[in-house]
Amino acid sequence: MDIGWYLVVSALIFCIGAAGVLTRPNPLVILLCLELMLNAANLALVAFSRMWGTAAGQVFALIVMIVAACEVTVGLGLIVAIYRRQLAINVDDLNELRG
Amino acid sequence: MSPTTFGWLVLLCPLVGCIVVAAGFRQERGIVAGWIGTLAIFLSFAFAIGALISLLGRAEDSREVTSSLWNYAVTFGVDAKLSILVDPLSVLMILIVSGVSALIHLYSVAYLKSDRGYSRFFAYLNFFVFSMLLLVLAGNFLILIVGWAFVGAASYMLISFWYRRTTATKAGFKAFVINVIGDVGLVLGTFFIFRHTGTVDFVKTFREVPHVFGHNSTDLVAGTLLLLVGAFAKSAQVPLHTWLPDAMEGPTPVSALIHAATMVTAGVYLIARMHPLFEQAPTAADVAAIGGGLTLVIAATIAIVQTDLKRVIAYSTMSQLGYMIMGVSVGAYSAAMFHLMTHAFFKALLFMSAGSLISGMAGEQSLDKMSGFRKAMPFTFVAFIIGGLALSGMPPFSGWLSKDDIIAFLDHRGGGFEVLGIFGYLGAFLTGIYTFRMIFRAFFGEPCEEARELEHGHLAHAETPFNPQTGEIEDTDVGFPGPEHHIAERDLAMKVPMAILALLAILGGVLQIPGVDDSITRFLAPTFAGSKLFADDPSTGASWIGLVIGALIAVSGIGTAYVIWIARRGTAARLQQRFSAVYTFLFHKWYFDEVYDVTIVRPVLWMGRFADSVLERRVIAGGVTGGTVGLVRACSAAVRRAQTGFVRYYAAAVLLGISGIALYFLISAT
Repeated sequence: MDIGWYLVVSALIFCIGAAGVLTRPNPLVILLCLELMLNAANLALVAFSRMWGTAAGQVFALIVMIVAACEVTVGLGLIVAIYRRQLAINVDDLNELRG
Repeated sequence: MSPTTFGWLVLLCPLVGCIVVAAGFRQERGIVAGWIGTLAIFLSFAFAIGALISLLGRAEDSREVTSSLWNYAVTFGVDAKLSILVDPLSVLMILIVSGVSALIHLYSVAYLKSDRGYSRFFAYLNFFVFSMLLLVLAGNFLILIVGWAFVGAASYMLISFWYRRTTATKAGFKAFVINVIGDVGLVLGTFFIFRHTGTVDFVKTFREVPHVFGHNSTDLVAGTLLLLVGAFAKSAQVPLHTWLPDAMEGPTPVSALIHAATMVTAGVYLIARMHPLFEQAPTAADVAAIGGGLTLVIAATIAIVQTDLKRVIAYSTMSQLGYMIMGVSVGAYSAAMFHLMTHAFFKALLFMSAGSLISGMAGEQSLDKMSGFRKAMPFTFVAFIIGGLALSGMPPFSGWLSKDDIIAFLDHRGGGFEVLGIFGYLGAFLTGIYTFRMIFRAFFGEPCEEARELEHGHLAHAETPFNPQTGEIEDTDVGFPGPEHHIAERDLAMKVPMAILALLAILGGVLQIPGVDDSITRFLAPTFAGSKLFADDPSTGASWIGLVIGALIAVSGIGTAYVIWIARRGTAARLQQRFSAVYTFLFHKWYFDEVYDVTIVRPVLWMGRFADSVLERRVIAGGVTGGTVGLVRACSAAVRRAQTGFVRYYAAAVLLGISGIALYFLISAT
């Protein structure tokens, strides 16, 4: 199959993820959407790896998964911390870092 | 043990003493601190004797021993090490320094008993002794400079010891500033010499000097003249002398130890140590000799009219240092070092007696107020007389043999040096007058009230402590020796060191009697083995003629004083009236302070105020830092708007940015 289809699917998933991050106020959903974006990138990496017949892209994909796992851990930890302090689970309300 | 091991131990004792007293006795005023400090110095003296014995056990040509503990920086062209040089000259110095210091520590144990800064005093004093020993044991210029600066700092701390006294803190500043001028001279001089020899080590430098410098070469003369700035500042020679009389604001044991017996002799030691340089640069040596000659006369003339007891002795110290500087500069090394030693004995004794006398007056130092203490303080009187006779150069006291040894050498070198010899005799005559003026005014005549009270067993007691300079009432929170005072007659710890010093002041001269004994010269010979002038001693006959003249001059000086202040009372007042212009000139100390005030102090203060009000406040604070702060503040105010705090806003910005970059590359690729 042509590499183009993989990339189209990957781009679509990425856009869905990006749209989710931008539109949804719930941090949990934002994390999920981020995950979507990362997996879209993974898909593209694996597709390229297959196209060239080398393992480099797959290794990259594995590393991205590790990073994603770390990021989710930190993100979920933050959400739990927000919940414990009984703040709203809404990223728009958490704007104390404004200049 | 080798001499250098003893040398390190000599250094270690006061350092440990200083740390123990400083760290262990912060609150308590216990007398233990004083005994620990004293013990440390006595141990140091014992090790100094060990170094002497160990050095004498070696062959004459191997009596210069160096030892280095570690390297600071030893690379191409630099050899900075922590090293000491133990040779006859430094051993003589450590013996004098640690010996006199030990006695003065013992004296201070009693003298400062009621002072609230008791342990602080001993910590400082031990630190001073450590620094001084480091200075004299230094094996290279680097350590010399370190010791040199340390003694300056110690001197500052001890002059300003009673730090609530404004006169004391100001005197401390003055001493420190003038000493720093000397430090700068010393450092620059070292660079001048180091540039050519390529080593800071003393032994190597002295070996190199004749090869790399021509006779009187410009760089060497410049370098040695800069060293002289250091020596003159430390030894209070004209024109860098004005700090020494003011330094009398410190406690009396400090005056005895630092500003008479040890620290101020550092300049003499420096010239003696650097004799290969000065002999190669006779111009610089002549400048030093003339400076010393002028100082000894100027100081002696001032001493005649001053009324503050301690300041008279301070001026006499300056005058005696003038003899020593003159001596080492013309090549009378052994005579000058001999005089340094005997001077340490009799001047420390004089200061101790003065301290006892001042205690008897409940802190009052003015000669105008004291009189007739002869019966009230017999021990102090005898000690003062012995010190005074030694200082005036009466036979057979030690000062007679040592001072006239220097003058005999000057006459022996002939030429212009004979003029300096005449200066020496003039100074000796004046010394007899001012020394016995002190004695006749303080101990003879009608007893003053305090003396009468003391004869009945009541020590004068100041209800409130006061500053003898200004008469202001003092703040006793930081410790001031009043209202309780201690006199030698009642305190054994004061009596013993005075008795020992009195014996040394009488007998110290036997070490060097022309034609009979020349221990000092023989002992110092290995250090000065390369010197042309050292071996060139005046003949025994010439020396004895000098001694006889010196004795006659001393007698005539004392006789003059007797006539003026005892036989024909009122002569002093008549003379003062007839020569009122001269009197005023001398009373204002040749107007050195006033001239410096107008030419240096005020302009510098004015520049300081200008720098503060215009440069600092307007240019730096207003323009440079103020402008930068304003710029950063304006920029940040502009950028702050972008920080909304909305996470999704940031995400959108990132996404847009990355899309923009991707788009740019896509477009540029096609």
